[in-house]
Amino acid sequence: MSDFIQANLPYILAGISVGGQYALIAIGYTMVYGILRLINFAHGDVFMAAGLIMIFATASLPMYISIPLVIIATVLLGVVIERVAYKPLRSAPRMSVMISAIGVSYLIQNCALYFTGGLPRTYPAIPWLSDSITILGATTKRVTAITPILTIILVLALVLFIKKTKVGLAMRAVSRDFQTSRLMGVKIDTVISMTFIIGCLLAAIGSLLYFTNYQSVTPTAGAMPGLKAFVAAVFGGIGSIPGAVIGAFLIGIVENIIKGIGWTTFSDAFTFVLLIVILMVKPTGIFGEKNTDKV
Amino acid sequence: MFKKINNALNPSLRHPLDEQNKRTNKVALMIFLAIVYVFAILLDNVLPANGITLMLIPVLRKGAIYALLCVSMNLLNGFTGLFSLGQAGFMLIGGYVYAILTIPQASHAAVYQYFDGGIFQFSVTEVFGNVLGPFLGNVIGAIICIIIAGLVVAVFAALIGIPVLRLKSDYLAIATLGFAEIIRAIFQWNGIGGITNGSNLLRKYTNLDNLVWNVGSLNINFGTTFAFLIVTLCIVAIILMINSSYGRAFKAIRDDEISAEAMGINLFKHKMLSFVISSFFAGVGGALLAMFQTTIQAAAFTSAMTYEILLIVVIGGIGSVSGSCIAAFLYIACNEWWLRFLDSGYLGSIPVGFFRGGFRKVIFSIIIMVIVLFFSRGIMGDKELSFTGLLNKIKQFKNRKALKQAAEKEGE
Repeated sequence: MSDFIQANLPYILAGISVGGQYALIAIGYTMVYGILRLINFAHGDVFMAAGLIMIFATASLPMYISIPLVIIATVLLGVVIERVAYKPLRSAPRMSVMISAIGVSYLIQNCALYFTGGLPRTYPAIPWLSDSITILGATTKRVTAITPILTIILVLALVLFIKKTKVGLAMRAVSRDFQTSRLMGVKIDTVISMTFIIGCLLAAIGSLLYFTNYQSVTPTAGAMPGLKAFVAAVFGGIGSIPGAVIGAFLIGIVENIIKGIGWTTFSDAFTFVLLIVILMVKPTGIFGEKNTDKV
Repeated sequence: MFKKINNALNPSLRHPLDEQNKRTNKVALMIFLAIVYVFAILLDNVLPANGITLMLIPVLRKGAIYALLCVSMNLLNGFTGLFSLGQAGFMLIGGYVYAILTIPQASHAAVYQYFDGGIFQFSVTEVFGNVLGPFLGNVIGAIICIIIAGLVVAVFAALIGIPVLRLKSDYLAIATLGFAEIIRAIFQWNGIGGITNGSNLLRKYTNLDNLVWNVGSLNINFGTTFAFLIVTLCIVAIILMINSSYGRAFKAIRDDEISAEAMGINLFKHKMLSFVISSFFAGVGGALLAMFQTTIQAAAFTSAMTYEILLIVVIGGIGSVSGSCIAAFLYIACNEWWLRFLDSGYLGSIPVGFFRGGFRKVIFSIIIMVIVLFFSRGIMGDKELSFTGLLNKIKQFKNRKALKQAAEKEGE
C-alpha cells in the first residue's frame, strides 16, 4: 500500500488538487439545481469564459487588477445569463429551460471560438501560485497544495453563510418549496440571483486554480470539467454542498490514479460510469433527500 | 358494428373531406419527392459543375442525413417526451459499424497501419461486388451494412435502456450523455484497435461517391439519390410509427406519464420501444454520415454534436417531423453555404473587420437563443406541413386581403 502511494504520489496530489477545483464548480451546479431544478449546462462554459477573460485581462492589465476583474466579470456573466435565458422561462416546462441552458452553452463556446480564433491560448502564470514546490519528494506547483485548503475554507464559509444569514435561510426555504416560500414573502428573484452570484464566484476562483495547473484554454475546455463537476454534484446528492465536495474530490483522485495506471483513455469514462452506477443504486446521491412524485 | 365503433374512434374517417385532403396530400408529397429525385440525379450527373451545384450537392446530402438524425431525435424527445442526449454516441456506433464492414480488403493494411491490418479481413461491399458487379455490389452491400449498423445500435440502445429508462427527465438526459461519452472513450481505446483503429480515423470504405453505375461509356452517380432514398424510407417508417397505436401511446406518455399508465399503457415497454427505434435510425444516420464524410473519427462525436441536432429539432418545432426536416436543410444550408460569407472577412467586396473565422457560429447561436426564448414553438410547432394546409393558408390570406379591400372601399 505504501509503495503504491509512493509510486502514485504525484497523481494523488494532482487528483486532490483537481478534485478541489471540480468541487468549486460543482457547488454552482448543485445550488442552482437545488433551487431551480435546472441542470445549468452553461456553468462549465462560464468557468471556461473566466479563463479566457483572465487571458485577455492580463494582456493589458497588471495581475492585482486582473484577478478581481475576472471574478467580477464572471459573476456578471452568470447573473446576465440567468436574467436573459432562464428568467423568462420560469413557468415553461423543464425541457425548455434545459434547452435554453444548452443554447447558452453553445453560444458561449461559439463566442469563445470567435474571440480566440479556435487556437488554444496560454494561461498567464500567476506569480506565487505557479511556483514549484516539493511535497514528500514529489515536485509540483504551489497551486496543488493551495487548492484543497482554499476549497475547504470557501466551502466552510459558504455553509456558514447558508446556515446563519437571512439570505441563506431564504435559499434553503426556496430549495425546499418554491411556491410556498414565494407566498411567505421570499423574494425569489433575489435568491436566484444570489445563487448564481455564489456559483459563478466559486467557478471563477476554480478557473484561476484549474488553468494555473493546465495552462491552456480552448473554447471547449469547460465542457469536461463542467460535466465532471455535475456528476460530482449528482453523486453527493444534488442540492447538498458537502456531498458535491466529497464527490468532486473522489472523482478528481480516482481519475488521476487511472491516468497513473496508464488507462488515460478511460479517465473521463470513469466519471460517467460512476454517474450511471450512482443513478442506478441510489438516484438521490449519498446525501440527497428523497423526492416523491405527487399526482 | 365494429366498423361503426372504429369510425367513431378514428377521427380521420369521420369527415369525407379529411379523407380527400389526406389523399391530395399524399399525391402532392409523391410528386414533390419525384421532382426531388429527378433533380438529385440531374445534379449529380447532368448539371454543369459550377459554384452553385458544387455547394448544392454536399448541402443536400448532409441536409438529408441531418433531417433523418433530427427526426429520430424528435421521435424520442418530441413525441415520447424522453429527454435523451445520447444521439452522438449512437451515431458513432452506427458510423463505425458501417465503416468497419465496408473497408476493402486491399486497403486494410493501409487503414489499420498501426494494428497489423486489423482483425476483420473482409468487406461486405466487396463480397457482393464480386458476385453482382461493383455498382450493384456497392449499393446492396451499403444498404445491408447500413441495416446492420442500425441493428447493432438498436441492440446497444436496448442494453443501455434497461437501466437508463427508469430515470426521470434531467437524470435521463445526463445518463444518456454519460453513455455517449463512455462509448466515445471505448471506441478510441487502443485495446480494441484491431477493430476500431483506436484513436485514428477510418477511411477508404464505400462512400456516397462510390455509388457510380458504369453503363458503356456513361457514368451515372447515384450518391445524392442514395442518401435521399434511405432517408425518405426511414422518415416514412417513423411517420407510420407515429401515426400507429404505438405512436399514440408515445404521445400519451409525453403528455402525462401517470395518466398514460392509468390508461393501461406499459410505460417501460413503450419507452424502450421508442428509445430502440430512435437509436436504430440514429445508427442509420450515423452510417450515412460516415458515407458522406468519407472518413470517420470517434473524437468528433462529442456532446456538442448532440446539442447541435437538438437545437435543430427545437428550431423545427418539437413534435413536428416536417419541421425537423425543414430546419435540418435550412441549418445545413446556412451553416455550409449561405452564411459562409460571415467567416470570410468580406461583405460582397467590402472588407469587414469583425467578419472572421467563427462569426457565423456566433450569429447562429444568437438566432438559436432568440428562437428558444421568444419563438419556442419553432418553425412548425407541433403541426405538420401539408399541401392542403398550405392551400388553405393561401386561401385564408387571399380572403383576408379581399375583406380588407372591401372594408377600405366601404370606408371611402
